[in-house]
Amino acid sequence: MSADTVRFSDERLAEIAELVKRYPGPQSALMPVLYMAQEDFGYISMPAQEMIADLLGIHLMRVREVVTFYTMFKEQPSGKYLLEVCTNAGCMLNGAYELVDHMCDSLGIKLGETTPDGMFTIAEVECAGACGGAPVVQVNNIYHEKATPETMDELISKCRAEGGEA
Amino acid sequence: MTISSDPKQVTQICFDRINIPDQHKLSVARENGAYEFLPTVLKEFDSAKIINEVKTSGIRGRGGAGFPTGLKWSFVPRNTGKPTYLLCNADEGEPGTFKDRDIMRFDPHLLIEGMIMAGFALGVRDAYIYIRGEFLHEANVLNAAIKEAYDANLLGENILGTDYSMNLTVHRGAGAYVCGEETALIESLEGKPGRPRFKPPFPAVEGFYRCPTVVNNVETLATVPAILKFGGEWHASIGIPNNTGCKIFSVSGHVNKPGNYEVPMGTSLKTLIEDYCGGLQHGTVPKVIIPGGSSTPWLTAEHYDTPLTYDDLMKAGSFLGSGAIIVMDETADLVAVTRRLAHFYAHESCGQCTPCREGTGWLERVMKRVEHGKGRGDDVKVLKEASEHMAGRTICALAEGAAAPVLSLLKFFPEDVKGRLAESAE
Ligand SMILES: NC(=O)C1=CN([C@@H]2O[C@H](COP(=O)(O)OP(=O)(O)OC[C@H]3O[C@@H](n4cnc5c(N)ncnc54)[C@H](O)[C@@H]3O)[C@@H](O)[C@H]2O)C=CC1
Ligand SMILES: Cc1cc2nc3c(=O)[nH]c(=O)nc-3n(C[C@H](O)[C@H](O)[C@H](O)COP(=O)(O)O)c2cc1C
Ligand code: SF4
Ligand code: FES
Repeated sequence: MSADTVRFSDERLAEIAELVKRYPGPQSALMPVLYMAQEDFGYISMPAQEMIADLLGIHLMRVREVVTFYTMFKEQPSGKYLLEVCTNAGCMLNGAYELVDHMCDSLGIKLGETTPDGMFTIAEVECAGACGGAPVVQVNNIYHEKATPETMDELISKCRAEGGEA
Repeated sequence: MTISSDPKQVTQICFDRINIPDQHKLSVARENGAYEFLPTVLKEFDSAKIINEVKTSGIRGRGGAGFPTGLKWSFVPRNTGKPTYLLCNADEGEPGTFKDRDIMRFDPHLLIEGMIMAGFALGVRDAYIYIRGEFLHEANVLNAAIKEAYDANLLGENILGTDYSMNLTVHRGAGAYVCGEETALIESLEGKPGRPRFKPPFPAVEGFYRCPTVVNNVETLATVPAILKFGGEWHASIGIPNNTGCKIFSVSGHVNKPGNYEVPMGTSLKTLIEDYCGGLQHGTVPKVIIPGGSSTPWLTAEHYDTPLTYDDLMKAGSFLGSGAIIVMDETADLVAVTRRLAHFYAHESCGQCTPCREGTGWLERVMKRVEHGKGRGDDVKVLKEASEHMAGRTICALAEGAAAPVLSLLKFFPEDVKGRLAESAE
């Protein structure tokens, strides 16, 4: 992608103009705008960061700092389905590591990797704030609580069926 | 609301309407009492009266530090010529904590109503809910509820025909635990990396865009409507003096029925675990209880009868914190759990204080080698010294929280660590 192909739609630009008004300063809109970029373009490329810096009238360095500080902003594309398994205390005590091992085996990849067909990325994340439903797996930000090897196998098959050929 | 005006009958405040289907919809919420008392507050109460009721109620911040809410509000300087901001802390990142999520997804109007009341008391024009990025569903529920509230003139210009106007915006974090610390939250809301600021000045005096700012936890704000409706005295009569009201406890780990339970303050740990959570998965007495989120020191079987109050948990050597109780039975591998928590803090340290940046890294590396049977003879000493060097020398409390699990492990279960070290010597 080059700088001139990364562009927000006109609706997005209108949305951003409204958003900026909600804050005392335009830089406050940076995080929500980064989320929009991630949603629209899949990840936040350098050209996208340059475009956003221009749009908000802030230095590129400010944008870079924020993109790199927060783990939910991705500078690289991930698989079509991002499987994020919480392995923090509550989930660990309820089998999260065994679940990770099972899912990695099923997908034939290691933690942090993406399947060769680009369908699945599996990652370990910190407490998802849902420990009552441990172990917790987020699939593209949708929470699956009390996950088991069986429910995860099912979910993976379902994603495969829905996602078709990636 | 079905909350009783007799404080002796009250068992729940924030969760009173939590199980009502579709409570997140304005029409349903209103049928069940949401915004019922708001016109009275906006028309008949003034700032001084509200702050006074909240002071009298004795409510202490439910985000973890337990600072008296009314007192915090009274510290906000008036007539500075600057705007005052209200920020709701919905970052909920402390491992073990998941209570605010339920308020937001099941009864968002309770939080919105509490924020309007707090905003009115503090003269706030713009208020924000800073919600952790992972809570996308909850952010969507809140946004839908806020939209309904605007359409019903409960938010925006001249609320319910009064002189009071307030805007409310949901702002998503993006996966940084430290942003739950209020000054990091403010930095983040200003569009910067979430690096905590030195306190003082406290946000009440100098916060968001250097203006007076009140930061309160979701549960704290969600308690405000009941306090104003029934009165500060009413709230002060629930629970135990200095530990008033009800509290939501998020219970996880080795219990049969993990979940959120709201109970009057002073209920015992044992009652909560046995009567509400269906007891332990294995055995009858917990091996470890982390009472207030992963950053709080551990308690053990001898503390099982402790009443759940700020004061009693402190006497027992820990804190009530965010009310996140992680229970471990005899099957828990405490070295592995401690290593996992050490990893968490090392990952989440913002890096601006050397003792925290270096210390959390050390703790993780040493715990890892101990866990994997590759420990060295003086590792206990290394862990102890590294932990002790972290507390009290940093900008925020993250470093202290990082040391708590390691110090607890060494204090209560030194043999678990030594056992692993012996394995590595073989
Ligand atoms: N809910 C969660 O997910 C998490 C909660 N925590 C909790 O956070 C706690 C630490 O929080 P901190 O904000 O560092 O505690 P703190 O004691 O510095 O502040 C508590 C509150 O009181 C206010 N305050 C204190 N003194 C004041 C004064 N003189 N004037 C005006 N305002 C004043 C502060 O601004 C803040 O809002 C820990 O005890 C821990 O339990 C920690 C991590 C995550
Ligand atoms: C590292 C760290 C993380 C924190 N995370 C949260 C959080 O997620 N939610 C919260 O309400 N308070 C959190 N706090 C406490 C806040 O700094 C602050 O005390 C609280 O939001 C004040 O609200 P309250 O008085 O209503 O409790 C955290 C503190 C620290 C040191
Ligand atoms: S104690 Fe740690 S997290 Fe807190 S400001 Fe210092 S380096 Fe950052
Ligand atoms: S420990 Fe996994 S959701 Fe909290």
